[in-house]
Amino acid sequence: MTDLVDLTIVEAAAALEEGSTSAVELLEAVLDRAALTEADLHAYLTIDHGGARAAAAAADEARARGDARPLLGIPVAVKDNMTTAGLPTTASSKILEGYIPPYDGTVVKRLREAGAVIVGKTNLDEFAMGSSTENSAYGPTRNPYDTHRVPGGSSGGSAAAVAAGSALGSYGSDTGGSIRQPAAFCGLVGVKPTYGLVSRYGLIAFASSLDQIGPFAKTVDDAALLLDAVSGPDPMDSTSYPGEPPRVGGVEHEGPAGLKVGVARELSGDGIEPEVADAFRRTVDRLADAGAEISEVSLPSTEIALSAYYLIAPAECSANLARFDGVRYGLRVPGETVEAMMSATRAEGFGPEVTRRVLLGTYALSAGYYDAFYGQAQRVRTLIIREFDEAYQKVDVLVSPTTPTTAFEVGAKTTDPLSMYMSDVCTVPTNLSGQPSASVPIGVDSLGLPIGFQVMSPALGERVLFRAMKAVEEVAEPVARPRFSEVAS
Amino acid sequence: MTWEPVVGIEVHVELKTHSKMFCSCRVDFDSEPNTNVCPVCLGLPGALPVTNRRAIEWISKIGMALSCEISTRSQFHRKNYFYADQPKNYQISQFDIPVCHDGVLEVEVDGAPTTVRINRAHMEEDTGKSIHLGDGGRIHSATATLLDFNRAGVPLVEIVSEPDIYSAAQARAYAQTLRSLIATLDVSDAKLEEGSIRFDANVSIRPTGSDVLGTKVEIKNMNSFRSLEKAIEYEIRRQTSVMEAGGTLHQETRHWDEEESVTHGMRSKEESSDYRYFPEPDLLPIEVDEDWQAEIRSTLPELPGARKARYVALGLDAQTAGVLIASDGGMSALFEDAVSSGADPTAAANWVTGEVTAHLRREEVAVSDVPLTGAHLAELTAMVDDGRLSATAAKEALAGVLGGEGSPTEVAEQRDLIQISDTGALEEAVDAAIAENQEDYERLRGGEDKLIGFFVGQVMRSSGGKADPKMVTEILRRRLSE
Amino acid sequence: MPIDIDIAHVARLARLGLNDEELVRYREQLGVILDHAARVQAADTDGVPPTAHPLPMVNAFREDVVGPSLPNAVALDQAPDAHDGYFRVPPALETE
Ligand SMILES: [Mg+2]
Ligand SMILES: [Zn+2]
Repeated sequence: MTDLVDLTIVEAAAALEEGSTSAVELLEAVLDRAALTEADLHAYLTIDHGGARAAAAAADEARARGDARPLLGIPVAVKDNMTTAGLPTTASSKILEGYIPPYDGTVVKRLREAGAVIVGKTNLDEFAMGSSTENSAYGPTRNPYDTHRVPGGSSGGSAAAVAAGSALGSYGSDTGGSIRQPAAFCGLVGVKPTYGLVSRYGLIAFASSLDQIGPFAKTVDDAALLLDAVSGPDPMDSTSYPGEPPRVGGVEHEGPAGLKVGVARELSGDGIEPEVADAFRRTVDRLADAGAEISEVSLPSTEIALSAYYLIAPAECSANLARFDGVRYGLRVPGETVEAMMSATRAEGFGPEVTRRVLLGTYALSAGYYDAFYGQAQRVRTLIIREFDEAYQKVDVLVSPTTPTTAFEVGAKTTDPLSMYMSDVCTVPTNLSGQPSASVPIGVDSLGLPIGFQVMSPALGERVLFRAMKAVEEVAEPVARPRFSEVAS
Repeated sequence: MTWEPVVGIEVHVELKTHSKMFCSCRVDFDSEPNTNVCPVCLGLPGALPVTNRRAIEWISKIGMALSCEISTRSQFHRKNYFYADQPKNYQISQFDIPVCHDGVLEVEVDGAPTTVRINRAHMEEDTGKSIHLGDGGRIHSATATLLDFNRAGVPLVEIVSEPDIYSAAQARAYAQTLRSLIATLDVSDAKLEEGSIRFDANVSIRPTGSDVLGTKVEIKNMNSFRSLEKAIEYEIRRQTSVMEAGGTLHQETRHWDEEESVTHGMRSKEESSDYRYFPEPDLLPIEVDEDWQAEIRSTLPELPGARKARYVALGLDAQTAGVLIASDGGMSALFEDAVSSGADPTAAANWVTGEVTAHLRREEVAVSDVPLTGAHLAELTAMVDDGRLSATAAKEALAGVLGGEGSPTEVAEQRDLIQISDTGALEEAVDAAIAENQEDYERLRGGEDKLIGFFVGQVMRSSGGKADPKMVTEILRRRLSE
Repeated sequence: MPIDIDIAHVARLARLGLNDEELVRYREQLGVILDHAARVQAADTDGVPPTAHPLPMVNAFREDVVGPSLPNAVALDQAPDAHDGYFRVPPALETE
């Protein structure tokens, strides 16, 4: 029999429903796996043994009473930048060490209401700033496929947990690729939904106009279940989409035949590692063989998307992180005056990447530079949206590699911020446009490291996005799950 | 060289909505510290703002009352600066597109009207409150600061005038007129002493006749109209003496010190003005379309200007009308009540602005605390009119009404204030006085007219002061012509 | 445009108490990143409006209804220093 932790959510839900396993048993398997892997991977910052066991027991009782909600009893993990009442929430920052919020964010609330079992809080780059989960004040997370390598970031812990089987699914946040890039590095499906489809209430803000919560899963169908459970309007988030959300679970998939697929030229050519480019090309060819109509589409402004991103995101972050001042919660470093206290607290509490971005954003917004930097970046954002909209007149979805490379080695890019930023080059355009995009695994490189394939669609076009993701999943080369007896030894 | 002052005024008005600007915490200043707070207004990680619809309606109302244009689309910005009582270390405010812009307020000083242009009225959120512990609560010698965030996030409307004010007296008149307008709109407690309306003044001076603005100094911390006027007067004198001594002024913020009647410069770093405004990504643009504007406009009460014109049309002089409108809401309501109960408008206005106001001041009570109604005033003026009460007796009757003794008629009867106006009784009294003073009566008949007073006095004495002297005079005259 | 960063001023604005060595290092790094970011300036954006929100939505409001607040003890629970129902901080040097 396969280990319970290797089940997909769809399989686990079926097993729970037919009574061949219980939520408690499923959770214990997940906790056992965590006990086996955490010392090497460090996917979690907090495992809520007590809370999770209580939730699993409650789920089993509910099922006994006839409750059959899709996520009932499914063990999931959430990134530690989502607030959980009574459970530490640190965003991997020293400035929030030991911080316990008084409220659940909307996604966490909806997960609890859906009967999901929240196993714990996963590691991330501090305040979600980074692409490797090395910028965590509590130590890095490692890639389950190769512990010398990074899992990607910033949602590296959420990705590693699902890949390792210490959760069946998980949630991360994606501001410039922070779900899709670690999904690619860890052989998972990762979805960044349309901006506003999932409430940000309770998500510790990095860049408010870019941040979006989304799921990690082993399969496209699992990802659909996880997305449907949390999407939809929220009166607590003014930017949440007020209409009926596109439902992606249980969609009859029409297959690749007739699907119009545009290869995003600027995101698929220069700078993509050959093995990644080859795998991408092979998948596109297979889609064509399966009946998809392939064309090449140019989105010229996406070439400067990364530049625009590195002005907009730091600018917003410089304001979002101003509240961490030692006054009401979190770290306080003593000072003679309140100003001295704040300056000392922030210098001590923020790591180097966060400090860098706060400085960058403060500068980009300061008097005299606003128009040349922030203002211009916002106009470029308009250009990017226009180019995407125009492309979607001709194609249903756009595709590209998710990342230029497979998982890189721990420490390889920590000394050169710009090279680290480059790993987001394919993913940032859809954060700027607000449109949905996802990564689907399409095989491994010669080192056995997973490769991700990015699918993008128009705003609120999650149904066509998932149709395309499913088509990619069907034609893709298999990606074996990482093996853990070796990791643990 | 002579100098002329130029003043612009910034006003912050706290709206009295039920809940805060961006969260559902109660707006209430009497609560225990930090009890009207939540993740949003405490700036907890992950919390997001959601705009209070009524606040947008109310700022639009204010804008309409100031003849502003209402932006069909406006936007919130973040104004970034660190301050311990500001939970997020940015204030959600407005920058280039406020809800209201380009209005006017007509102001009168000593009967001279002047027009002050309004640059803008924008929506923002209030900060928390700091209590500086240590030496008498003075900020510079404090040992610690206590923070209460109950006020953080209360809706605040900032109204910015153009520099169209040229004296301290005009500034005061502007502030009073604006306060009374806000009070009429019923969107704020509008109490200076409680800080629900706060005035800051930008003061500069320039050579008389010049049209270039001088260096602007912002003065803060005035919590009465009087201190606003005094602070501006002081600041004009201070700036003039600096310039006359050949010195230079620099742009700064100064605090008004009420006790010493001076402004003090504040120790602040030069960085403070780089607010790094950028569009608030957590909030959507606001569109107040024409339908919504019309709906809001339909809720506007009669504005002070229109009301004043109506009072003048009722026969009041402009000054009395102005006094009625400028006083607290209850006074003009009382006046209107009296008029609708049939009182003569001029008489009613005189009672309200005279005796009633004096009484309230003396007793330090509000008009809502006394049992006087408009109907009472109508009754009182009627009794004076038909001679049942003398002017003095009417004042006494009013005092009784204010003291809760009943209606003017009841008080007058209980206190025995009714004048004798029964003709028969008065004729008897007059005849008796004539009979008792035949000699004087003959002299009166002979043309010594001043003796009328003597006879009236006699009748007043015999009636115990209750005879109506007017009627007594009439009867005497009739007798003389018989 | 030549990038000239008054890093000490920026750090003060951001309330980051950095030492001289850190200021020098961050100024260099910001220079490199801004050099790259300045590529946005090459884009022809004449007449292009800025995008602040990715989706063109307007008017999200709440009604003016009072909801529950946090109890005082919960509000102060995570405070580094509290006194008598208040948050307590060191004295201010300046006033706004
Ligand atoms: Mg203001
Ligand atoms: Zn609140």
